[in-house]
Formats: sequence, structure tokens, C-alpha cells
Amino acid sequence: MRYAIRTEGLSKSFTLHLQGGVTLPVLHDVELAVAPGECVALAGPSGAGKSTLMRCLYGNYGAGAGRILLRHGGAEIDLAAADPRVMRAVRRDTLGYVSQFLRVIPRVATLDIVAEPLLARGVAPEAARDRATALLTRLNLPAKLHGLPPATFSGGEQQRVNLARGFAPRYPVLLLDEPTASLDAANRATVIGLIEEAKHAGAAVIGIFHDAEVRERVADRLFEVHPIPAAA
Amino acid sequence: MSAAAAPLLEAEGLTLRFGAIPALEEVALAIWPGEVVAIVGESGSGKTTLLRVLSGLMRPERGTVRYHGADGAVRDVHGMAESRRRLLHRTEWGFVHQNPRDGLRMGVSAGGNVGERLMAVGARHYGSIRAEAAAWLRRVEIDPARMDEAPTRFSGGMQQRLQIARTLVTRPRLVFMDEPTGGLDVSVQARLLDMLRGLVADLDLAVLIVTHDIAAARLLAHRMLVMRHGRVVEQGLTDRVLDDPQHPYTQLLVSSVLAA
Repeated sequence: MRYAIRTEGLSKSFTLHLQGGVTLPVLHDVELAVAPGECVALAGPSGAGKSTLMRCLYGNYGAGAGRILLRHGGAEIDLAAADPRVMRAVRRDTLGYVSQFLRVIPRVATLDIVAEPLLARGVAPEAARDRATALLTRLNLPAKLHGLPPATFSGGEQQRVNLARGFAPRYPVLLLDEPTASLDAANRATVIGLIEEAKHAGAAVIGIFHDAEVRERVADRLFEVHPIPAAA
Repeated sequence: MSAAAAPLLEAEGLTLRFGAIPALEEVALAIWPGEVVAIVGESGSGKTTLLRVLSGLMRPERGTVRYHGADGAVRDVHGMAESRRRLLHRTEWGFVHQNPRDGLRMGVSAGGNVGERLMAVGARHYGSIRAEAAAWLRRVEIDPARMDEAPTRFSGGMQQRLQIARTLVTRPRLVFMDEPTGGLDVSVQARLLDMLRGLVADLDLAVLIVTHDIAAARLLAHRMLVMRHGRVVEQGLTDRVLDDPQHPYTQLLVSSVLAA
């Protein structure tokens, strides 16, 4: 299969040095491959490691073992072994991640937060702001809020800022961690539309969707993440 | 891909002891154009010493620091003549001190502090120097109407912003910052950090920033080095070091911070 992102034998454990060095295995031998235009929903009970897998794919957590192969700028890169500077370029050009929470930067206006990843890719400022405005408007964030920093926004409003920022650059690979968790029905429908458009444009999408309706609408298949039995 | 071929600054095997105390032990690092690298660690970890050695202000017992100049030449920072190092500090490098008094001339007006750096690199036309100084004051959110006042009349946060304007006006390629938010109130720190973040992106600066403020490092830095007892114990992407710390000391450092 032609893939956009693929893992081989991906394993991850955490060693807690402050708790006497106890080691918690979370992922073992994960083999996931996602093609361009495909959306895969991660399934499995709470605590199975779905978010940990997403964070490993994004490079936010280091892989313990195995490879994470990504098509980036015409080449294949192993993210598990990538230099931080390569990782930065991958995140700018190829790999997007929408987490459940917006990390608010003090004093930066909503519109600038959304336009920032576009500017980083060299999009002209005016075009970047237009795209940011269009996405925020589509996600029903009133224009009078676009110029304000989102620090004082509600959870749902912050999540929509986060989504606009994540969808703005049209990443070839997009990771979505509970993208509709704090949204109402109308905004959920908008997010479903954005995901479908991204797929049509050829993006590989990996998501955690607790909302069954959203999952059924956007996911082409499920990928089961199995909890590792507690070590004796 | 913009992973530029050559680093701006490259250090290897830096070692320095103060008596029996190891200040630096075999430290190696490199910084590339457009990169913000934070050096974190608690007091006495050697991070300020490292900054001073990297910028040539202090000499290591062992090890080398090489700088790739704008002219394409690669020079040993500790092997070059003092005059050349001073020239670098005036032109291609900038240094932002924790205490603005160490980076400003307190007896000279705010505008003069900025304009002086321009004159040091050859600007001569009074009107354009004054206009450029006013533009920079505005950029660091100081009312240009106050450009003829001495910085002694400014608050700590304003003095720090003035020092940043003075440092950046000559468009350095590489800026060293030693705890730039150190002595400031929390609200003033947030404003300064946000301003720095914008300037670093707009000017495509390479910045080496020493800080014990983990939240500031997360906001500003692409990459992070964690120092303890003069050694780099962990390094990597900022968010990975903070969210998936491997070394016991980094885990302690991260777990001691409120909501970093």
C-alpha cells in the first residue's frame, strides 16, 4: 500500500525516576499504516495508549523502539530517529496536530494564532489572514473575537481556534485528538466537513473520536490500540 | 527543507573548573540560523558560564567554539584577536544581560542608547539615526516621546525592552540572552516574552537563551538543553524534553514547575 505515515514495531514506555524508577509500558509493536486520503480512527479503552500513540507520531513523545516512517518533501523520513531541526521542518510542512487544548500565548490575537503556521510556510501575510478569517468564521467564531487573545474564551471557543489553526495549513498528515470534544452539534458538523475536505485533498488523517457519530461519518476504518497487561 | 547546512556557532568539549567545582564538563552544542535554543537548569548548573564561554567573554580550559561568520569564514572564538571579537559583539552578535544596567549606558538617553550602536557600525546621518532609534523604541513598545529621557527614569521592564532595542538595532545574526526576564514581575515578563517571540520570528534571529524559567523556554525555544553540574544531561525538541523527559534531573525539573 502507498502510505503517508506508517509505524514499524513502535513501542513506548515511560520510566518514572521520581517514583523509584518504575517503568510503565504503554505501546508495544504498533504497526499502523495510513494512506493519503484515508481517515483512521484509533479505538481502544481509555488508558490503552491512543493519545500516547498520537504524541509519538507527532514527536512530542520520543519513540522507545521501532520506526515512524513519513513521506516528507518527496523523501521518506524516520521520525523516530529524526534530528530536532528536521522535526521542526516536518511539523511546518507535513505533519499537523490538533490537541484537545489550546496552548494560549499571552497577548497574541486569535487571528494571528491561526495565521502563524501559514506565515511559517511562507504564505503571504494577507493570504494567511484571509484563510484564517475564513476558517474562524466557518467555525462560528464571531468576527469581534478574531482580534482578541483567546485566553478568556470558553473551552469550546478555544477548541475552535485550535481547529482553525490545525486545518489552516492543509497538512498532508493530520492528527486529531478529540477534535469535537467540547463542540455543539452545528460546530461538530463543520468539523466533519473540514475532515472530509482534507481527505478529498489527499490528507492522511488519524483521529481519536469519542463521539460515535463523528467517528462513523469520517473514519474509513478503526485501528485497535491494545492495552498492555500490567507487568507482574 | 530548510535544515541549513552549516551551523552559526559550534562548540566541542568545553571544560572549565572553578577550583574543585566543575563549571563545564565536556559540553558540545551547535546552533543554526533561525533557531532559538534554550539552556535551562538551576542556579549553579553552569548555564551562565556556558553562555559567557560561547560568546568569548570567558575562556575555557579545554574545548573550542567556532563561529561561521557572515563573510563565510570559520573562526575560533577564543583564538581570534580581541579586536575582532569586540567587532563581532558590535555587529553580527548581540548580548542581552539579565540586568539591563549591564547592557545599557545609564547616563545616555534612551534614543542615544539605540543610536550609539548604529553609529558604532558606521551610521553617520543624525536624522536617520534618530528616526531609526524612534522606530525601534516603538517596536519594543516604548513611547518615542520619551527618547530623550535617561533610562534611569524607566521601569525595569522598560529598561529591559530598551536593552533589547539597543541589541537588535544593528540586526545581529546571533543573540545571546542571559535570563532576560529574570528580575521582572510576572505580568511584565509575559509582555517581554511575547515581544521577543515576535521579534525573533520577524528578524529570523538565532538566539541562545539561558533561563531557569521553563515556561518562558517553552514559549520561545525550538530546542532545549538541560544542564546540571556543568554537564548537558538532556537535549532535544523543547516540547519533547518537557513532555517526555528522560533524565531523572529533567523529570524533577519539569515536575517542580506549575503548569509549564
